[in-house]
Amino acid sequence: MSLPSYAGPLERTWYYAFRIICAAILIFLITPILIVIPLSFNAEPYFTFTPGMLQFEPEAYSLRWYEDILRNGMADPDAPKGWAWFTDLWQNAQWIRAMRNSFFIGISATIIATVLGTLAALGLSRREMPYRALITSLLISPMIVPVIITATGMFFFYASVGLASTYIGVILAHAALGIPFVIITVTATLTGFDQSLIRAANSLGADQTTTFFKVIMPLILPGMISGALFAFVTSFDEVVVVLFLADIEQRTIPRQMWSGIREQISPTILAVATILVLISIGLLTTVELLRRRSERLRGMSPG
Amino acid sequence: MKTVLKSALLATAFGVAAATAASAGELTVVSWGGAYTKSQVEAYQKPWMAKTGNTIRSEDYNGGIAEIKAQVEAGNVTWDIVDVELSDAVRACDEGLVIPIDPAILEPAPDGTPAVDDFIPGTLSECGVATIVWSTIYAYDADKIDGDTPATIEDFFDLEKFPGKRGMRKTPKANLEFALLADGVPAGDVYEILASPEGVERAFKKLDTIKDSVVWWEAGAQPPQLLADGEVVMTTAYNGRIFNAAAGENKPFEIVWDGQIWDIDLWVILEGAPNKEEALDFLKFSTSTQALADQATWISYGPARKSSAPLVGMYQDGKTDMGPQMPTAPENMKNAVQNNFEFWADHQDELNERFNAWLAG
Amino acid sequence: MATISDHIAAGTADDGVGQPLTAADGTPLKKKLAQANRRARLRATLLVAPLLLFVLITFVVPIGQMLVQSFYEPTFSQVLPRTTAALQSWDGRDLPDESVYAAFAEDLKDARANRTIGQVATRVNYAHAGSRSAFTSTARKAERFEAPFKEALIAADEDWGDRELWSAMKWASQGYTSEFYLAAVDRTRDVDGNIVMVEEYRQIYVKILLRTLYLAGLITGLCLLLGYPVAYLLASLPTRTSNLLMILVLLPFWTSLLVRTTAWIALLQSQGVVNDILVALRFIDDDSRLQMIYNQTGTIIAMTHILLPFAILPLFSVMKTIPPSYMRAARSLGATPWTAFWRVYVPQTVPGIAAGVLLVFILAVGYYITPALVGGQDGQLISNFIALHMQKTLNWSMAAALGGILLATILVLYWLFNKMVGIDRLKLG
Repeated sequence: MSLPSYAGPLERTWYYAFRIICAAILIFLITPILIVIPLSFNAEPYFTFTPGMLQFEPEAYSLRWYEDILRNGMADPDAPKGWAWFTDLWQNAQWIRAMRNSFFIGISATIIATVLGTLAALGLSRREMPYRALITSLLISPMIVPVIITATGMFFFYASVGLASTYIGVILAHAALGIPFVIITVTATLTGFDQSLIRAANSLGADQTTTFFKVIMPLILPGMISGALFAFVTSFDEVVVVLFLADIEQRTIPRQMWSGIREQISPTILAVATILVLISIGLLTTVELLRRRSERLRGMSPG
Repeated sequence: MKTVLKSALLATAFGVAAATAASAGELTVVSWGGAYTKSQVEAYQKPWMAKTGNTIRSEDYNGGIAEIKAQVEAGNVTWDIVDVELSDAVRACDEGLVIPIDPAILEPAPDGTPAVDDFIPGTLSECGVATIVWSTIYAYDADKIDGDTPATIEDFFDLEKFPGKRGMRKTPKANLEFALLADGVPAGDVYEILASPEGVERAFKKLDTIKDSVVWWEAGAQPPQLLADGEVVMTTAYNGRIFNAAAGENKPFEIVWDGQIWDIDLWVILEGAPNKEEALDFLKFSTSTQALADQATWISYGPARKSSAPLVGMYQDGKTDMGPQMPTAPENMKNAVQNNFEFWADHQDELNERFNAWLAG
Repeated sequence: MATISDHIAAGTADDGVGQPLTAADGTPLKKKLAQANRRARLRATLLVAPLLLFVLITFVVPIGQMLVQSFYEPTFSQVLPRTTAALQSWDGRDLPDESVYAAFAEDLKDARANRTIGQVATRVNYAHAGSRSAFTSTARKAERFEAPFKEALIAADEDWGDRELWSAMKWASQGYTSEFYLAAVDRTRDVDGNIVMVEEYRQIYVKILLRTLYLAGLITGLCLLLGYPVAYLLASLPTRTSNLLMILVLLPFWTSLLVRTTAWIALLQSQGVVNDILVALRFIDDDSRLQMIYNQTGTIIAMTHILLPFAILPLFSVMKTIPPSYMRAARSLGATPWTAFWRVYVPQTVPGIAAGVLLVFILAVGYYITPALVGGQDGQLISNFIALHMQKTLNWSMAAALGGILLATILVLYWLFNKMVGIDRLKLG
């Protein structure tokens, strides 16, 4: 809302002051995220800017923490870089293992959550669904129940069926945590869905499956992908459940960061954090592009 | 969608490959991490792997028997052999979580003395075999303190003479004993006094005098970090970690041995461990006279066997004599208290609760 | 070809009074409609069923099992069955009689042989501290006891002559117990069975619960205070600009929780960035740096930062739907800018405020990671104590009881949220 021409001096002052306040709050929001990036290049093992860094001396900066990501945990990090070195890196480097686990668990959990969640959202969006409100609440509850309770409960139960300290256990747990997001986004997409399209498809002779894959899915795809992304990020970022359910084999990136923070704060964590921030920026851009695409598809344009 | 599926399949393939690669007949050895695990890797694990050709997977943990209990009760045991404190060993043994170990299987001393007589009294437990004698002491950064340097346990609680923050482990263990010692209780009477409600009151009152200046640490690697960062002026710590920072990283840290609380660490083998035979073999190897003496080259913890003491030599840098760095060295034992595991096995739940309430209040 | 109207005509042909309508195959239309409806419901249910089953098994059942553990602890009755049976008849006054002691001695022998004595010792130790060693040491001597057992046992350890201990044992022998819920609110049963508060120095859980609610409320308030202006700005700017600025809100939202917490550690610690800046600008001395982390302040700052996007997004989505003409109309009717804002704009944003406040509050109450990393000793919330009992003291029933209380609190808040806002109207930007 721009400054109206009839504004008095008090209102003018407030107009600018308001914008300064908002700017301050936005800076508060973004600074911690961005500050991690320069700190990760610190040549010394401290969590703060050394005088050399502030004067932009090149010696004060180094990539050693990024190297440490690769070397930490390797049996013989100084060996010449050949096939053996890569195998060593792939199997033993702690952060590499954590990255592998995070992606493997994240993708598997996302697939489960998206498939089951989309089906359920389709069912829930129909008028005839009995007990819709109750079931929706139940399916959304993993998002609301504090994660410590979920983790505690899952620990007892999964341990008793032998699923603790296994990949499957963690994947199932993360899928359960990601499902509410898929349901929310797909349901939201389905509310604007034109049911007559389905009837048209049926009248043209399509059976249920063809209707789904060729008519429904392309239109709810943005919702599905959006939900899938939320579910992936939830799993990727999740640490409490992994803390209780996972063994050292299944350690994910956040779990590794947790040990690093508790035991020894070394800027390697900042290097990993920088990489994660860059990934977040990438994901954010993807979501924004998808949103614009769906707006184009629906014929709406940004104001 | 197709690309997502493809990448999912690839990831699965990698994941499965990775998972299977790691667990083929490996012995899982669990210890406390950092410099201590490194000393075990050099003195026990590498030589044993070289001798037997087996592989070892080394894991870190922060103490307590929670993970052990969880694994055994769920029937899904992945840890084979764990390095625990004595009170944890006793508790785990009583609850059937670890197997009994017959001292007869242990290596005798080089001169033929059976293991039972060679180990320091009190270091062989029903289910555990001791490796080291370690101690909780307090340390300070000599560069940061001018003039008088701290020399007694009372100095730790003296905020006027030595202003600045203190580091303490976030547990009542050792802290209550320190408090009583600083309050004037003789070393031999500490646990008797602590067993009474008035004694506990007295200990907490003494702790109250410095409560606001305390930074609480949980992992063994933190105290040297806190000193190096300048977060604290003095901190309680495990003596070996401070020594390693001082000798290995040339930090100007000094240890105050007055009022030390010494304890032992033992190997225990979990009930239902997947590699029990290898675990027993590793246990035998690592508790032999030479192995224990070798460990002292890497970290300043005393070997639990009497026959190892004369074999203790120099630190790995070849410059420092390890003898005086041991908790058991005579000049360090003048005002020492041995941790009373029975007391803590009985009272740790209650005192933990009280300690947490005191912390949160 | 017969049309629907023909059928209708046929149906009403005979006597003018409506006969039931029929479908093409002759079944009444009503029945056909009911059939079609049933089929549609079945289809919808079948679509939802796999997920429902999945969530039930992986989520609901585990939590249910945990809650059961908070009031069902059968260790005592499993390890010492004869004692359990014998204690039924004890009235709680004076000491139990010989038969109870005899049963106990028998049970001790078995427990020693099966190595289960430690479990029972730990169990009773929760209720009566210090009794652990009595169990374990007496069990070692159990083989040698002979009648009269009462004297033999009391001679072995004087604790067996303590009525309080036997009272605690009797309570423990009942599989179903309220002991842990009582402990979770700082209460216990005394020797006569009355509910009393525990000793002063052990009273902690009520304080923690209140502190959790207080901090969650404070953080919610801060989030609202900081989030409202930003949401207002974003809603009133043209879309292109606001989309760009929205990135500044969404990027923290998408960034890993641990990354953000680590960043705050780096910023707020004594040798960290903020303190360095303050010292460089000479606001404070080098020796008196502000302690902003590992205490309550750290928890508040870090959690406000992390939960702020959760306040901004619902507010933004509601504010976006408010037409600016209302404010202009108010101004044209003579309202001052403040009155126009307070009495025309704000009431319209109430659904967004309600959604944001409840969402942030519910999330804040259950937080674990951030208080664990930056909270120090006075910034711990109830989740941290649940984790403590899970991992350090191994009193899993206690963890379950605390979890049950937390869950009940959350469910009440959730029900409120549903009533006021409706969960199906939750938008995530």
